[in-house]
Amino acid sequence: MSIVTVQLGQCGNQIGHELFSALCRDSRGTHGLCSNNENQSYQDSCKERFFCEEESAVPAARAVLVDMEPKVISQALSMAASSGHWRYSSHSHFCQKQGSGNNWANGYCVHGPRHKEAIMELVQREAERCDRLGGFLTIMSMAGGTGSGLGAFVTQCLRDAFPTSFILNHVIWPYGTGEVIVQNYNSVLTLSHLYHSSDALLVHENDVIHKICAQLLNIKQISFRDVNQVIAHQLGSVFQPPCTYMSSCGFLLSGDLLESLVPHPEFRMLGLRNIPQMAESSLPYSTFSWPGLLRQMLIANAQMEEGIDWQVRPPQAGSCIPCTNKALHFNTSIANLLILRGKDVHSVELGSFQDPSLYTSWLNPQDAFTAWKTPRAFNKYEKSAALVSNSQFLLKPLDSIVGKAWNMFASKAYLHQYTKFGIQEEDFLDCFTTLEQVISSYTNL
Amino acid sequence: MTQSVVVQVGQCGNQVGCRFWDLALREHAAVNKKGIYDEALSSFFRNVDTRSGDTGPDIYRGKICSLKARALLIDMEEGVVNEILQGPLRDVFDSKQLITDVSGSGNNWAVGHKIYGCQYRENIVEKLRKTAEHCDCLQCFFIIHSMGGGTGSGLGTFVLNLLEEEFPEVYRFVTSVYPSGEDDVITSPYNSVLAMKELNEHADCVLPIENESLFEIVNKIHQMINSGKLGSTVKQNSLVTSSAGSAKTLPEKPFDAMNNIVANLLLNLTSSARFEGSLNMDLNEISMNLVPFPRLHYLVSSLTPLYTLADVNVPSRRLDQMFSDAFSRDHQLIRADPKHSLYLACALLVRGNVQVSDLRRNIERLKPSLHFVSWNQEGWKTGLCSVPPVGHSHSLLALANNTCVKPTFIELKDRFMKLYKKKAHLHHYLQIDGMEQSCFSEAVSSLSDLIEEYNELDATKGGPRIDASRLKIAV
Repeated sequence: MSIVTVQLGQCGNQIGHELFSALCRDSRGTHGLCSNNENQSYQDSCKERFFCEEESAVPAARAVLVDMEPKVISQALSMAASSGHWRYSSHSHFCQKQGSGNNWANGYCVHGPRHKEAIMELVQREAERCDRLGGFLTIMSMAGGTGSGLGAFVTQCLRDAFPTSFILNHVIWPYGTGEVIVQNYNSVLTLSHLYHSSDALLVHENDVIHKICAQLLNIKQISFRDVNQVIAHQLGSVFQPPCTYMSSCGFLLSGDLLESLVPHPEFRMLGLRNIPQMAESSLPYSTFSWPGLLRQMLIANAQMEEGIDWQVRPPQAGSCIPCTNKALHFNTSIANLLILRGKDVHSVELGSFQDPSLYTSWLNPQDAFTAWKTPRAFNKYEKSAALVSNSQFLLKPLDSIVGKAWNMFASKAYLHQYTKFGIQEEDFLDCFTTLEQVISSYTNL
Repeated sequence: MTQSVVVQVGQCGNQVGCRFWDLALREHAAVNKKGIYDEALSSFFRNVDTRSGDTGPDIYRGKICSLKARALLIDMEEGVVNEILQGPLRDVFDSKQLITDVSGSGNNWAVGHKIYGCQYRENIVEKLRKTAEHCDCLQCFFIIHSMGGGTGSGLGTFVLNLLEEEFPEVYRFVTSVYPSGEDDVITSPYNSVLAMKELNEHADCVLPIENESLFEIVNKIHQMINSGKLGSTVKQNSLVTSSAGSAKTLPEKPFDAMNNIVANLLLNLTSSARFEGSLNMDLNEISMNLVPFPRLHYLVSSLTPLYTLADVNVPSRRLDQMFSDAFSRDHQLIRADPKHSLYLACALLVRGNVQVSDLRRNIERLKPSLHFVSWNQEGWKTGLCSVPPVGHSHSLLALANNTCVKPTFIELKDRFMKLYKKKAHLHHYLQIDGMEQSCFSEAVSSLSDLIEEYNELDATKGGPRIDASRLKIAV
């Protein structure tokens, strides 16, 4: 089963490049502490998912690169080519000369329709090169103009052109204290549109990743490259085939799994956590135990361990039933997917993840929780665990963004920039309504 | 990659423009070692095959043959333009890009705007079209002029009008040098206010500059260098005021150092569009993020550092100092104090070896001391460009849409009213065909409205007049 990745905008293309690098590196890496057969099937599976083998022997990523200005794509293409281990196909990119100017309306209303044919043709070509197309992964940020606006448009086009395939949008949540002034408008417009055409949104927050870089990886001068590499590592830990040689491979973009992670269309937002995450230099000196790692994921009583809020945890003993206007001190989950990779993975005890108090009352914990295990280690970590979670974790950030956007909207600031490209006040109101609905649904879990 | 065209009008405009081209060549020479005509160069320069004379065809890739500036030089006197054409930059300008006359505008906006505007309209349009045709994807016009005189002010704003009519899709960034209180041109308030109306209505973004501020910055640098207080020496070519070439060439003319600052402003503004970086900031993004309401498009700028010390290590304390300086009143290019006024929006364009964590750390540090409007509490737009300016390891350009421009405008209006009440010198203007008393009253009215908008923001801190409660969803 293959995944076609669509990288949109500067952010999407920068992360996409790091992702393929990470996947390639992991696949080629050390034996992953498992048998030769295991490793071989892992490598084959990874290749099939993400790369297209060609006669020239350097695999080509199954990716389409889209941006409205050329600088980032050129960089991505040349960096991949110089790695010597993988590359982008020479005709899988589309760019224009002038960017979207951080304007969602420009990306969605102008660039989208104008370039739809050219972009979809590239996607179609990439899709046809797959023996079995599993689905699409789009990588984009919400804050800018191309990734967000054009990204929302392209997602819709994908939905129209491939009605039976799955679409997973990887969305980057911007830093709270801006990278772009109109990021809240752009985010509101993006999220509400994606909610209508996407199957699920996999979200990474820049603030959280930044904290990981600072506190866990001890990087002094954090660059976007560092941030993107952490994101790529986390994505890789979810997307790499979690197979065992004997059994079939779990696949994120499959109907069964998406159904269990996103059982209801109101709840599409997935968060990702991955442990351990530490500086490469410390790795050889650390040992891990599964109970230790999993305890970090499922904190019973502690607030924040190692600076990371693991956010999937049961309520403290003696607490009352949460009601809507009480400050939440735990996040109710709808569904969780746990992926374990590495040594002794079969002996792990996972009962605590099926504690009913973690989950909303309208789902059976057995259905809400899925676990995949593979003995093949990921990216030099002897043991690692990734958790994909549909829970209330994004409620606060979402509420914050909608609040700020609404505040700006009430003052009518910047609206002329959007109306001149075709997004009117009514369109904004529709988007606000959609998202207030989502907020309300998640609050009442 | 997009292209930009510089339109330099009048004496001031051309002198600043000249410095700009000088520094642009120096910057590209430092980055472009192989002499290949690349996309970064093409944003401001054409590559012309001059073997068959000046009118050779454009070469789009390969080695650099002859670089020609994408510029239009307009002046109603010949002195300044002639000097440029006899100086070291003579080969950079295509002889067909000039529009000159002999008698000047007599410091009269009406002469520049109405008489010369009318007379040269077709000529200007034709030359603009020619320059636009040479561009693959024209994104922006940069107009450089002064407000106080006749040509830059009058003809300059006429050209601005023309640009909106003929090229409505292309952004118009105007760098305007405002007259100081002790300006020796008596009618400069009239010229400036008449020009302001045009800027209000037809510019996308205006970067106001005041000579006094530039002068103070130049003095400050001289003091620092000559005081001997610095432990290490200042790298000569790192001064924000220095020109290309060694410091031992001809003594610079008095305005050269000041004009270099403005030239650096334009270079830094466009750096992220020309060079790569981890967070690009294009010109259309500047307009998008910094202009919340169409008429409030006046951006106060500051450039730091003013010079680089010669030691190589850049401890982060010095980096942080660069950020602090950007908000101090000494570094602004107009006499304004953004820290004590209200911010509508702020952009930080960093060049060089600075990463996102440095940016974030400094924003967090400086935020508490700055006042942002209520609907834009986190109103920061940031850009990271990997290529630093020549002689520096890093630099910062801060653009603020801030109510601190208000005093400048109020002062301008006051000086205007002083003359207007007595009808002083008015006949020089009214005798020009097309000028009437209403031109004056409309202009001052436009300025008053603008001041009122800033007043309103200051009074309410931008808070909404109605209660902005969120939409309620029926559960």
